[in-house]
This record gives sequence, C-alpha cells and structure tokens, in this order.
Amino acid sequence: MTLSTAAPSSSIKDMPDPVPSLGDDWNSRHQARRHFLRGSGLSLGSLALQWQLSREQASAAPAGQPASPMPHHAPRAKSVIFLFMAGGPSQLDLFNDKPVLRAHHGQAPPAKALEGKRFAFLKGTETLLASPRTFGRYGACGQEISDLLPFHRRIVDDVCWLNGMHTDVFNHGPAKLFVNTGSPQPGRPSMGSWLTYGLGSEADDLPGFVVLQAGPRGPRAGSSLWSSGFLPTTHQGVPFRNGSEPILNLSSPQGLTRSREVEFIQAVNDLNRRRHAVVGDPEISTRVAAYEMAFRMQSSAPVLMDLSQEPKSVLDLYGATPGIPSFASSCLLARRMVERGVRFVQVYHTNWDHHGGPTENLEVHLPQVCREVDQASAALVQDLKQRGLLDETIVVWGGEFGRTPMGEIRDNTGRDHHIDAYTMWVAGGGFRPGIIHGVSDELGLAVEKQPVHVHDLQATLLHQLGLNHEKLTFRFQGRDFRLTDVHGKVVHEIVS
Amino acid sequence: MSNVRLPSCLLCVCLLIGSLAHADETIDFVRDVRPILSNHCYRCHGPDEEKLEAGLRLDTPPPVQAEKSSSAIIPGHPDTSEVVLRVKHADPELRMPPVEAGRALTPAEIATLESWIEQGARYEQHWAFRPVRRPEVPGSPSQSAWVRNPIDAFVLQKLEALRITPAPEADRETLLRRVSLDLLGLPPTLEEIEAFLADTSPQAYEQMVDRLLASPHYGERWGRHWLDQARYADTNGYTIDSERSIWPYRDWVIQALNEDKSFAEFTIEQLAGDLLPNPTRDQLIATGFHRNTLVNQEGGTDAEQFRNEAVVDRVNTTGAVWLGLTVGCAQCHNHKYDPLTLREYYQLFAFFNSGQDVNQVTPTLSLPSPEQQAQLAALDSRLRKVREEFKASEQQQQSAEPSGSASTFWETPEGPSVHSEAGAGFEALEDRSWLVSGNNGDSDTYTITLATRLERITAVKLETLTHASLPKQGPGRAGNGNFVLNEIELRTGQETANWTQSRVDHSQSGYPVEHAIDGKPETGWAINVSQGSMNVNRSALFLCKPMAVPAQGGVTLSLVFGDKPAGYNIGRFRISLSDRPADELLPGEVEKSHYEKTIAELEAERKKLQASIASTMIMRDLPHPRETRVLIRGDFLRPADLVIPGTPAMLNPLEPAHDDIPLNRLDLARWLVDRENPLTARVFVNRAWSHYFPRGLVETENDFGMQGSLPTHPELLDWLSAEFMESGWSMKGLHRMIVTSATYRQSSLARPELEEIDPDNKLLARQSRLRVDAEIVRDLGLSVSGLLHPRIGGPSVYPPQPDGVYDFTQRRANWPTSTGPDRYRRGMYTFFMRSAPHPLLTTFDTPGLSTTCTSRTRSNTPLQALTLANDAAMQEVYRAFGARLRERSASDEDRIRHGYRLCFTRLPDDEEFALAQSYLDRLRRDFAGSPEEARLVMADPDAKPEVASESATWVMLARLLMNLDEFITRE
Repeated sequence: MTLSTAAPSSSIKDMPDPVPSLGDDWNSRHQARRHFLRGSGLSLGSLALQWQLSREQASAAPAGQPASPMPHHAPRAKSVIFLFMAGGPSQLDLFNDKPVLRAHHGQAPPAKALEGKRFAFLKGTETLLASPRTFGRYGACGQEISDLLPFHRRIVDDVCWLNGMHTDVFNHGPAKLFVNTGSPQPGRPSMGSWLTYGLGSEADDLPGFVVLQAGPRGPRAGSSLWSSGFLPTTHQGVPFRNGSEPILNLSSPQGLTRSREVEFIQAVNDLNRRRHAVVGDPEISTRVAAYEMAFRMQSSAPVLMDLSQEPKSVLDLYGATPGIPSFASSCLLARRMVERGVRFVQVYHTNWDHHGGPTENLEVHLPQVCREVDQASAALVQDLKQRGLLDETIVVWGGEFGRTPMGEIRDNTGRDHHIDAYTMWVAGGGFRPGIIHGVSDELGLAVEKQPVHVHDLQATLLHQLGLNHEKLTFRFQGRDFRLTDVHGKVVHEIVS
Repeated sequence: MSNVRLPSCLLCVCLLIGSLAHADETIDFVRDVRPILSNHCYRCHGPDEEKLEAGLRLDTPPPVQAEKSSSAIIPGHPDTSEVVLRVKHADPELRMPPVEAGRALTPAEIATLESWIEQGARYEQHWAFRPVRRPEVPGSPSQSAWVRNPIDAFVLQKLEALRITPAPEADRETLLRRVSLDLLGLPPTLEEIEAFLADTSPQAYEQMVDRLLASPHYGERWGRHWLDQARYADTNGYTIDSERSIWPYRDWVIQALNEDKSFAEFTIEQLAGDLLPNPTRDQLIATGFHRNTLVNQEGGTDAEQFRNEAVVDRVNTTGAVWLGLTVGCAQCHNHKYDPLTLREYYQLFAFFNSGQDVNQVTPTLSLPSPEQQAQLAALDSRLRKVREEFKASEQQQQSAEPSGSASTFWETPEGPSVHSEAGAGFEALEDRSWLVSGNNGDSDTYTITLATRLERITAVKLETLTHASLPKQGPGRAGNGNFVLNEIELRTGQETANWTQSRVDHSQSGYPVEHAIDGKPETGWAINVSQGSMNVNRSALFLCKPMAVPAQGGVTLSLVFGDKPAGYNIGRFRISLSDRPADELLPGEVEKSHYEKTIAELEAERKKLQASIASTMIMRDLPHPRETRVLIRGDFLRPADLVIPGTPAMLNPLEPAHDDIPLNRLDLARWLVDRENPLTARVFVNRAWSHYFPRGLVETENDFGMQGSLPTHPELLDWLSAEFMESGWSMKGLHRMIVTSATYRQSSLARPELEEIDPDNKLLARQSRLRVDAEIVRDLGLSVSGLLHPRIGGPSVYPPQPDGVYDFTQRRANWPTSTGPDRYRRGMYTFFMRSAPHPLLTTFDTPGLSTTCTSRTRSNTPLQALTLANDAAMQEVYRAFGARLRERSASDEDRIRHGYRLCFTRLPDDEEFALAQSYLDRLRRDFAGSPEEARLVMADPDAKPEVASESATWVMLARLLMNLDEFITRE
C-alpha cells in the first residue's frame, strides 16, 4: 500500500516570476510565498518545506529565507562533513614534530613567549614537554605525522594541512561555540544552519543539517553547537542517534503497522485539507506536507542507518561493523548522508582533552582515541574520492583548539588548552590537496607564518560553497549578523 | 481634515506593498527619508563619529556654521545639493554610496530625497524617541457601529481610507477558544462552552473575558511570555550546565501577573527590588530576573571573564526588553544607526556592574515555609542549649583540673623555627602562636621544628586561631577564612608518628579531622559551618603511639596543605605537645564526644531540613560599587576611560539627586517607567499586541531604532501606550482592551480579495490563524484528555521524554520522570536544561533561553508531525482521551461530536463527520482482527480481546483529532 506522495518537483516552476530585486522587502517575499503556495495547491507536498528549498532557491525566497539570491558565486562544493575532535587534539603529538622542544624538554619556556597569554589550567611553573612520539614525513607534501595516526599516511596528499590555526577562546564550551557559530556565547546560528538557510537542502526526505556523535559522552555545550540561533528553527541541526531510532519519535507507537500509519496520515491530511478549504490558510498545506515527509522519513532514515547494505570492502575500509556504534560507523553514515543530499554533517568524537591524570593522559588515552578515529577519518576521504564525491564534499578534521608545548604533570603527562597554534586538515571541495599551509615556531607556541584564524576558515568554507561570508547575513535585533561576526577573510592560497 | 488624511493613508499602504513615495506627495522625514539615509548613508555619515567620512553627518541637521554640511543639503535646492549630485553622479568613482558598499539608491529613492530637499529638508526626531502623547481617537463616519473601543476607531480609519470593510466577527465557538487560548493557554472546558453558548446577554463575551482574566492560569500564560524575555531556565548553561534553583522567581512572575501588579512596579521590583528600602522577600525574589544569566562552571575558567559576560547580557537584555533597542551594537563601537555611543553603553553597564555574583550561583535567598521555619527555630534552640551545656561542662572540667595542670599536661614549646615550602612568612606572637603572612601558595607545607623538653610524645594539640589580619579574621587564609589541613606528620629523628586517634571541637561536613591522619593527601580537615560563623578558634587533638624524643632533640611537625582547593592554608596556629597517656588526656574528650555527637546529629538534621527548603537566586550589590571603564572593542582585558552610571542622551534625562551619590539600578528602573520615557510603554504594548495578531504594530518588535520598521498604526500605538501608562500600567487592562475590540474579534478566514493589497494582513482587515506555543501544545493534550493537573507553581517537573536526549550532552543529566500528578502538569513547568531541553519544547520553537527571546518563531516541520504522532507522552494523552470519549456515550456520532467539541470547541461539519466516521469504521474492522496489536496500542497486555480492540479504535480516533492542524492552532 502506498501513500499518495507529494507533487512532482516541477510545480515549483509553476510559480510566477519572482520579484526582480527583492532587496529588504519583507512584503514582497511574503507575497511571493503566497502565490507560490496558492499556485501549487494542496498537493504541493514537501516543496513548501524549508528543508526542501534547494535547487531553485535562487528564484524563490519564502519566509525565513534570505532575500538576496544565493549562491553568491559558482560553488565548488555542495556539502560539508565536519569531523570534530572534541576536547582539542594535541598537534604536538600528532602533526608537528619539534626537535627544539625535545632538546629543551624539562626547561622553562622563554618568558617573553608567554607574555600576555592566558591558559585555562597552567600556573606558570610548568616546563616544556617533548613528545614521546616518533614522527615521519609523508607524501609528496612531506607533512609530519606521528606513529599514532598510521592510516593518515594514506591520505596525506589528498589533504590540505593547516598547521597555523589559531582561535580566540580557551575554555571548551565557548571555544566549541566559536568554531561552530563564530561566537563564544550561545545564541548564534551554527555553520550548518547558515548553509541550509543560504542554500537549502538537497535531501528529499532527510534534514539538511545532521549531527552524529561517537565517544563516551556528547560534546560540551550540547545543542547550542547545532542551534539555528536566531534563524528559523527549521535550520537547526537534527541529532541522529545510533540504533533503530535515529531521530527522536521516528518510530510509530507499538501496535501501529505501516498500513495503519498510511490510513492515519491519510485521515489526518483529508481532514486538514477539508479545513484548508474552509479557512484558506496556506500553513495547513505546509502541515499536510510535513506529515507526508515525516511518513517518508520513517522508512528512509532506518534504511540510511542500516550499514549492513554496505559491501564488506567498504565496511573493512572504515573498520565499521553494522549495528555497533562507533566513529567508523558515523563516518560511513556521514558519507551516506551527503550522497542523499544532506548539506552539513557534524560528527563529534569525544574525548580529546588530555590534561594528564588517570583518565585523560597522553600516554594511554591519546593513543586510544587516535585508534578510534585514524582509520575511519582516512577511509572517509578515500571512499569519497573513489566515488567521485570528494570534489563536491568538504571534509574538515580538528578540534576547538590545540594543546600547549608546556606539560601538565599530574599522575601522567598531559597538555593544557592552546589557542595560538594548532593543526586542522581539510580535504575535498576545491581545497588544494597535498599542500601544507602555516608553520608554528620551533616550540609550537605561536604561528610563524601563514596563520589561519577560525573566522578565516569559516569564510573559506563558505566561499567554497558559493557563499560570500560578508553577504550571508541575517537581520536580528537591528543588526546584520554573519557567521564570521565582523572578521574573517577567505584564504585563497588554500583553495583552487 | 479628512481629505488630508486620505492620501497619507494611501501612501502608507503604498509603502506597505513596497513602492515608494511620489514627488508630489508631502514628504515625511521619519517615514520616507530617514530609512533611505539610514540604509544607504549612515554607516559612514551617521552617528558613529569615529567612522565618519569627510566630516559629513546626515543624521542630524547641519550646524549653521558648517560649510561642508550646508553645501551637502541646500534646503529648497535639490539641484545644487551635493548629496543629490553625488548619488546621481555619472562617474561610478564619484557616485555615492561607493560601489563596494553595494548600497546604491534606486531612482525612486533619489526622487524622494530630491522632493524632501525641495520641500525644505526638514529633519525630525525619530518617531520612537519622541515622548508619547495621546492622539485623538478618530471619529468614524460610515461604520461606527462596528467600533467597540478606540482600537477599532484607529484600525477602521485606515481601512475606510482604502474602502475596505472589516471581516465579520468570528463565530462564538471560535471566539471562545481563541480568547481562552490567548489569555490562559488552555482550551475552554465543556461547561464553559455550554455556558457561553447559552448566554445570550449582550455582555456575555465581556463577562467571559473578565472570568478568564481572573483565572490563575492567566498568570501562567502571560508569565511564560515574560519568562522568555527573562531567559528563565533551570540550569546554569554552557558546558557543565548543572541544575540551579530559581523557580520561585518564575512563581513570582505568575503571581504578580495574577495580582495585576502595575507594570511600573513589576519593572522596579525585578530590576532593583534589592535596592528598595527594607525589601520584602517577594521583592528580593523578583530580582531573579537578572540572575537568569549563565554561570560557566567549566574547569579553568576566568571568573571575571564570565562575570563580565553576565553584565553584558544584563545590559543588552534590559535594552531589548524595556527599550526595544539594540544597545548591544554599542558594546564594541558607537552605534552605526542610533545615537548611542560606546561610552553611553558602558554608562548603562555601570548600573549592572556592582553585583556580588561573580560567575556563581550565590547570592541566594532561602525560602522556608512556615512549618520549615518553625522546625528550624526548634532545631536552633536545641543546638544552642546543647552548645551551652557543652561549654559549661568544659569550663567545669577546666576548673576541676588542679592548678598548673595545664602545663603538666601540655607543653607549648617556645622559639621553634618554621619553614614554608611556598615561601610564606611567619611571625611569632606573644601567646606562642604563629601568624602566617606573605605568599599564600596554592599548596604549601609548614614544617615546624619543636624544641621540646619532653622525653616522649603521646599527643599533639593544634589550635587554629583567628586574627584581624586574616581574611574574615581566619583562622584559615582562604577568602572565607577556611583551611583544609590534608595531613599532619610528626617525626622524631628517623621515626614517624603512628597516629591512633584524633579529636576536634568542630569539623566541616565531609572534612572530618580523621582525614588529617589518614595518610591520604587528597582528603583533609576543614572548618566551614552550615550555620553561624566559622571564623572562630578551633582546637584539634592528635594521639600517637608513644615516641621517644632523641637526646639531641629534632622533633618536627609538618602541616600539609594540597592545592585542591588552592590557597586553603592555615593563617594562625599554636602547637602543644604532651607525654601523658591517652587515658589521662581523654576523659574530658569522652565527655566532649557525647556533646559533640548530639551536636553533630542536630546539625545533620538541620542540614537535611535546610536542603529541603527552597532557595532562589537573587541580585545583591557590593557595599561599594565596582569601578566601570569603557572596554575597548568590548574586551574585558582592555579597559579604558572611567565612566559613571547614566542613561543615553537621546532619551528622557536622568540626573542624580545629589552630585556625590551615583545613580543606581533603582534610579534606572524608575527612569524606565517614567511617564516621559518614550520607549518602555510603546515596546510593551507592541509586544502584547504581537501575541494576539501575527506581528506587532511595529514589526521589528526588538528594534525601535532607526533601522527598525515604522509602525503600521502609529497613532494607535501611541494611544494604547498613553492609555497603558495613564491607567496605572495595568497589564490586565491592556489585554482586556485588545481582546474586547472588534478588531480582535474578527474572523480569521482568508480574504482572497485582499491578497494583492495586503498579503500580510497588516491593515488588520481580519484575524489570523496562529500556531500555539510549544508549552500550549502539551497543555491542550492534557486538558482535552482530562489528564491535566492544574496546580500552579512549585519546583519544575519531569514529564516523560524520549530516551536518547542525553546522547548528545556532556553531562548525562538525571531525568527523574515524574509520577503521579506532576507527570501531567502544564508544559511551562517542564524542567528546562539549557544544553538539552525537552524535545517537545524545542521541536515547537521554545527558544534556547541562554539569552533573552522577545519573539518566538513559528515553524512547521516534519519533526513536529513525528512528535505529535509518536511521542510516548502523547500516547498517554491519546489513551486518556479515547477513554474519555467512550465514557461519553454509546453512540459513535455522539462520541465524534464530543471529541470535536473538546478539541476544537466547535462541532464537525458533515464532511468532517463523514471522514472521521469512515476512519473509525476502518479502525474498528482492523483492530477486531488484531487484538494483540490493539493491546499494544492500549499498553495493556491483559485486556480482553474485544475490549482492547474497541479501546484501541478510540485511542486512534483521539490521535487523529489531536494531530489535526486546527488542534494546535488558534483560529
């Protein structure tokens, strides 16, 4: 038994010509929306959903959508997968070999280098800590990678290495917000929200912005990391859980079979249509479409989450086992999502906060989290490349900050939060593969050349998606807000 | 008069639909010109002096002497005015605004500018900064019968000018449900429906409105709107996001609204209740408004940084909630559009900069009930009595000791040397105690070399003593006078003492004195108290296996203080030694323990009682205000010029009563509700309006500045604002005025004939359908199904929520799902965890509540469909509603009609009835053949097959009705 599905997507083309320059004129936008809904009638289905405003976005701007035509220029990429190493990975034990640091192990850092710097936990008496790791230079680009990330050697020339990252805030919650929303306080839209707001989604029966989580706990700051802030809530990230119920309330209540639910949705929509005929409110049409899409998601989301359909070679590449939640499964799911048109996937992996101490040290726990992410991170890049998807998908790998050259000697060794120089990598979507951008000084205290600030990275990511970070704005409380606040510049050297 | 009014109204409508003024119209600076200048010019030629280009300001009239400005705009001569020449310039290099600004003027806008200069280039003050004057209510020539109160006269004036007739009044069922949902957030009950439909008196509607306004649920509904603005939530925010107790503030809001406290008092008590003379308990609770800011409990935070964030939030929230201004724009630089300077921002900041709270939950107010108060008093009096007895017994014992026995029992060695690892300094006092000063290390170890005459040592007495030089007089060096002694170690030669027992006159809960001799450096003895002062002398006794003192001396005692917490070192102490056997030293100690035990028990009881007493976060200022400085780019690490509290110059003036007494929050609060404040009333009235219609009379309800939109009905807004203030700021009065107007009572049916001229219903030629707020979605389900427990207030509750909510939070919070009546409380009482709110709430657009929310969005998404249809909590509602329908009658028809009545207040039409009946028939056939699944639907594995099938059929019909768009819509 099948449900009468939504209208064909051609109905969006039936709408009248848009107002040529919509400018700031709210009224015209609404007018366009009304015509749009009336013109396409009750069967317009999910097209009215803001999740769905996508390919034809430039010609239609319903409520809650930006007025100026987007994208601003030809996009290089369509979607983003952000592999977020929550807690702050130690660049000095993973990506940056520092012989001078090794030579000065145990000594006090130069006082001058610490002037004006703020740290979360360091008291000023800590000494330089050499990495016990062995490093090699790999690929044509010669990026240094430690023995903790052997699988990364396979993608070293597919990746753009950012060894000169720096950020503004040194506590986890504010710093995570900063990477995701451009502001250290909660309340601003996350990058994924900005993207679905600006570009819409290309997914037919999935949200445009999805959040995945692997590790012992969720990331600090919780839902504010994927909040739509002041943008309409339709743009907020939808967390997908592991297991058979990836979206809260996706499953029908016990005892209700698929055929019963078909009857239910039909009865709901028949009565809603009847009400629409009486009161003439286009919101009812949207409600009808929402029930239809919800129904489709009930079958499409479990299919998406079911990794047993993947061939063994792919599962082996990632190191994923169907039915077992892991970072590997999340990476594979992320690929399946962008294949289906999801615009932005956040994948959180916890916990990378290696201060030292019994549960968070560099000796035992850093190697452990590296084992959990190394293979799958590399596999995602390889898999996307094999499928020809890497050109249009950007993969970002990194945390909210790096870690200090000075050690924290608790029961075991660790490092404090470091905001002035750390490493992230980006692959695909026009980011230049196999280049190294940015160098930190010999101790890893500060960026020596080619710094990239978090706002710069955000500006560059938007640029690759066809958006000008200075024009992607939303008027809220009298001000035009952007992802990059009043900062950020596109780093043209790292993209082609 | 009327022929002047007509074209100007036409003009408004033209503006509404996006065209611009014609040259032959009278140009209004505020309406026509300022938006153009503000959008295109003010960024470089506006109020921000620092960004001013070419010294040219276009936001104020040119000073007479300024030649440059005077050639920019020459009144009466657009052709020679530089402004016009430049915006029309053929050379793109010279044309204004510069190309890169991307803000080119349209020909129509240029024409408007020309006409304005032609007509004399008159500047006027921005409409919202002008004082509120009560406009005259227009007389209505043709349809005066429609007018029920002055609101209608203003609305009708606009409609008539366009020859539009208002929509007819909504039918009575719709009206009843509309006004119930708007005023209470609850649907009318069956009895209310029947009573209202039967009441044919002309005042039936008004009397019903009065009943609703008198309901205690009114305070809940309108309280929730206010709580959005107050960013009220039950957790501290950021990453740890642990629980806080501030629900008494929420209940204060509900109570204040139910009492119809005047908005002026409502304002003053929330912003400055603590500064009122002898503030009452309620006035202190009210100050919770600005304690709803976040507290960052993450490790390694700089408390000052987050104190600063909280103050910024208080300034911005005050600006948004009362003034409708985007004051936050001036945190880093002068406002680009409104005349608000960076300096003025920090003058507002100074009002809020003296709070005692520094990124912490305290200060709080304990709120015992009368019974708890009595229990406390009883406990305290018993404690006092036991303590007195204790003291008396000690004195008796001392006097019983033979004279001089103290010196034979205890020796206090003279002249020992003391060393501190962290470099603290020691001063020997006359009573042979040591006073510590100098560096107070995060951790420290004091090593005392003792020159004793004793031959063996059996015990050490450590007295910790107060001193004026210590924080709060000590005896510890921590900010509150506490200390944590992690270990005490005694060595004689190569030997280390084996401690056997310890005694003390007081130890802090969780920090018993035994912790100082347990060999674990992470545990220790501390002296904080649950009541009274901890800043008193204390004495601890440590007994060891007898140790011989080497002939050459060499007895050392170490006091070890760890760095968790940091700096908790002892500030003054005295050491005595004894060689007496334990049984000689301890008789007095045994007596002591008896008293001690009683005291400990009473204190434990007291603590338990204290924990059960509600408390709430309140605002308190420091005795001396903090100094406030302008922060460069808003960075708290870059302070600049000193400022004192003050209000923006563009608004009504506020002067201190005495030059030497600075203004405080109380002055600010009174200034906000001064009759001459041009914003507060307008902003409040506008927001109230926006809950009854799709938007406010000013669409940008949070921006009344130059970049905000103009009011659609400026005179109506001013009349309502004047009326609101002059009638004593009565909120209920305002609501009554609005909901009894003919404008409000119109039908919400679409009017296709008005789609072209007024697609957004800004002219108010009908009502609008509005989806209800998230909390009301739940309230509707509970109320209609009969499950609702209507208790007002109290601690927040935990209705069922789906598993997996905390898969994405740092802290896997405890969600002790409520059982009993608390499971079915109104949605607004649901515990609100900022980092992972209840999914029903977020799915239906409850804001995150980390910052103020002055207006919610209304989305319409598949997640809402999934929530309504599938959420486990909703299934409970459907089962209850299904049962309620079956109890009603034996007839399908009666039941279906009854279901419609309860859900929608109205009855189904024939087509709706037929659709519902047909679904019901199919369900009945279906479940008759699948009793097992019917049992699952009923969550009752033991139900008889035919009972389960029929019950499940009605549960599903209940589910159908409650999933209809109309159910969650106010029509």
